[in-house]
Amino acid sequence: MKKRESRAFVVVGKSEAKVDGRGLVTGRPMFVADVDVSDALVIKMLWSPYAHARIASIDTADAERMPGVACVLTHKNTPATRHTTAGQGFPEPSPYDARMFDTKVRFVGDRVAAVAAETEEVAERALAAIRVEYEELPAVLSIDEARRPGAPIVHDESDATGIYDPSKNVVADVDIDVGDVAVGFGESDLIVETTCETQYAQHTPIETHVVLASLDADDRLVLRTSTQVPFHVRRIVAQTLGIPVHRIRVVKPRIGGGFGVKQEVLLEDVAGWVTLQTRRPALFTLSRREEFTSSRTRHPMRVRVKVGVKKTGLVHAIEMEAVSNTGAYGAHGLTVLANTGSKTLPLYNKAENAHFFGQAVYTNLPVGGAYRGYGATQGYFALETAMDEAAERLGLDPIEFRLRNAIRTGEGSPIFAKLGEGREGVSQTVKSCELERCLEVGAERIGWTSARSKKERRGSWVHGVGMSIMMQGSGIPEIDMGAATIKMNEDGSFNLLVGATDLGTGSDTILAQIAAEVLGVPLAKILVTSSDTDVTPFDVGAYASSTTYVSGMAVQRAAEKVREQILGVAAPMLGVSTERLALRSESVIGEAGASVSLSRVCQRAMYETDQFQIAATASCVPSESPPPFLANFARVAVDTDTGVIKVLHYVAVVDCGVAINPRLAEGQVEGAIVNGIGYALSEEMQFSSRGRVRNPTLFDYKIPGALDIPRIDVVLVDSYEPTGPMGAKSVGEIGINGPIPTIANAIYDAVGVRLRQTPFTPERVLEALQRV
Amino acid sequence: MRIHLTVNGTGRTWEVAPGDTLLDVLRREGFAGVKKGCGTGDCGACTVLLNGRAVNACLVLAVKAEGHTVVTIEGVAQGGRLHPVQEAFLEAGAVQCGYCTPGMVLSAVSLLSHNPDPSEAEICEAISGNLCRCTGYVKQIAAIERAAARMRESQ
Repeated sequence: MKKRESRAFVVVGKSEAKVDGRGLVTGRPMFVADVDVSDALVIKMLWSPYAHARIASIDTADAERMPGVACVLTHKNTPATRHTTAGQGFPEPSPYDARMFDTKVRFVGDRVAAVAAETEEVAERALAAIRVEYEELPAVLSIDEARRPGAPIVHDESDATGIYDPSKNVVADVDIDVGDVAVGFGESDLIVETTCETQYAQHTPIETHVVLASLDADDRLVLRTSTQVPFHVRRIVAQTLGIPVHRIRVVKPRIGGGFGVKQEVLLEDVAGWVTLQTRRPALFTLSRREEFTSSRTRHPMRVRVKVGVKKTGLVHAIEMEAVSNTGAYGAHGLTVLANTGSKTLPLYNKAENAHFFGQAVYTNLPVGGAYRGYGATQGYFALETAMDEAAERLGLDPIEFRLRNAIRTGEGSPIFAKLGEGREGVSQTVKSCELERCLEVGAERIGWTSARSKKERRGSWVHGVGMSIMMQGSGIPEIDMGAATIKMNEDGSFNLLVGATDLGTGSDTILAQIAAEVLGVPLAKILVTSSDTDVTPFDVGAYASSTTYVSGMAVQRAAEKVREQILGVAAPMLGVSTERLALRSESVIGEAGASVSLSRVCQRAMYETDQFQIAATASCVPSESPPPFLANFARVAVDTDTGVIKVLHYVAVVDCGVAINPRLAEGQVEGAIVNGIGYALSEEMQFSSRGRVRNPTLFDYKIPGALDIPRIDVVLVDSYEPTGPMGAKSVGEIGINGPIPTIANAIYDAVGVRLRQTPFTPERVLEALQRV
Repeated sequence: MRIHLTVNGTGRTWEVAPGDTLLDVLRREGFAGVKKGCGTGDCGACTVLLNGRAVNACLVLAVKAEGHTVVTIEGVAQGGRLHPVQEAFLEAGAVQCGYCTPGMVLSAVSLLSHNPDPSEAEICEAISGNLCRCTGYVKQIAAIERAAARMRESQ
């Protein structure tokens, strides 16, 4: 790993250990289910065995009579409010197509009924005693079936809202234009067109979804839950259950990974309703199997890209058409689709003509949701495959081709304004882009010039190298909001209260580093409390690569306000005006070395003169979303006998602005790349002909283990984003977009076949090899 | 039925049902650092040391622990002093969400107790049963190498 030169920062830019690390390595009870749950009811769900059926009748009498059963929930005794489970800002861009329990089931794994009982065994027996009569309906199990005229309609209910065209199973439709692509293609000297398809994949956080509901002394509902979006959980549960927001408190303790799947309100409504009905604490945990079948997935997509290039090597026109399978409910359907274009096409801003269009369609399969990369991952497969092909046909090195066409500092793209989070976007100019440097460093690390096009053969194995580039964003401009409160204690420490949601990313740590930097104290003097809706200010939560940039800026502003207050108290103590004072080394420093300690300042404010609490709250709603950039390189080996792909070396060079904590930033990229390698090579949810997940275990759904990873080099290049807190941009998502196109392009370099369907399993590779 | 075992150096007598796994019982008795990620032996989050060997507690019936010695993550630090593996995990940035960490640390402790100078391949083999979705393993492998070096130096 490259060591970054420290700037003028003292705490920022340092690889401080995580503020919650000590508790985590010693196994302290920090997660949802680690508290005493011995008096909690256990909730179990009866899931639909059919892909599409009406519930003709449901008889719960036997189950309710069983000793130890506290309650049974069905569509008959629960609120019928249509809502979305997608934890997004209000009003959510996802359709209101879900009910707590519905009279129709829409995928194998949809909710039918829930039991709350004294023990898991009793709950399981009670589930078995529920008698349900289903009227099975014809199901749609693919994008093509869903779009066929006369196809069964997944959402035929009259009370759903926000669906683009329910009669055609279309959740969302996007169509934006820049210039005129038809003219643009006509003016181009070379046309390349490719269609790539991605599979159903699951996030597999090692901690599955879990919530503990209870009542506090005032009978308010307390939801201790594994979520990325505590404030959205509070709002959506209030809406779904028909109770006021102020009667709910949501607490997020440590959570065992999210990757987007916990940007969803999946369990909290049921656990909350059980607790309100029974006045008992209730624990609802998804099993690993249920996490696969009934939580959320990455939207599978078919993406067609057509690129028109001039002889000069400049891309003149790009068209991207995406069709997304959102499964049985439309959670994130519109926004993931829109991001497939909005987070990819601005990268090639030399194209004067661009067209993005597509649809998200319902099927009777598991539900798509937010997943790290959020549509960009799917889009980059097709886009970077097409660019690789275009470079080859022009006889240009793919790196050179990218350099000629990629966006640079000081440039914009009309796509930024045309296409945003499911609606119009926000115009912006890129103020930091070190992509050229990323390419240079990455090419050198992988040994590009010596390895490219060599097709080096060892027995049946052939080696190749490939590359790709990408961008993402930093939060959703003019929508996302983060807020922070800082208050001072008399020993010169500070409480930092943030709504931002650390899901393992280290955001508590980097937000504390930002505060420490402004306030001139070591990290240990910043005490972080995050994600408790009763205590911390609002934050939309951890998604869209927003936390460092958006919540980080809120922290910086709050700290600056507190600094002003401190200087105001210190000025009379030192006998100089505030503008001549600085905060450093836990003291206010005046001219000629005069200083007063922070603890003295706070003691004066608390106990002595003009007393007040030194504290401030600040918010940030960003007006732009500066993209981080990434250059990927991979060296792979293809076994031409068996079709097995081995990634030998992966290099990711990132421009994320100033890395507030370089080691944590590297960790974000390393983890995202390995997740992406799994998505590229082995991870795939498989379905029976009736829509049942055939491999809902970590044995049959293969995520990478320590023996499966290549050598990975992550390099953070020096960069500074002028609009970001301390010069930072985001880094959370971008890495996961890299492996698919990079490995695909490396396979092409090795054996001359283009793979257009993920994952690149030995069967698919062999089949492709046999076609040439 | 009743079982007697030693957990983190302390003798315990617990009432268990025949079908209870060691994971169920440890968590019920307050050893919350033992995590459940699958219940089928695929993820390794519930790794504990049984007579010094790393095992998946979800695959061990509690009754099979009768008379044996169990170490959970709560028993790895001694008197508030972190084990070198724990220290190295903190320093190397090997912890992200921390859910796989207890199991990963125990697999590493087990490895280093019988192989003080493991190769990278041996480290990967030793933690191959512990799935992590956050880190990509890079910094965990580095942390175990760092811990091994430090333990060798201090001997």
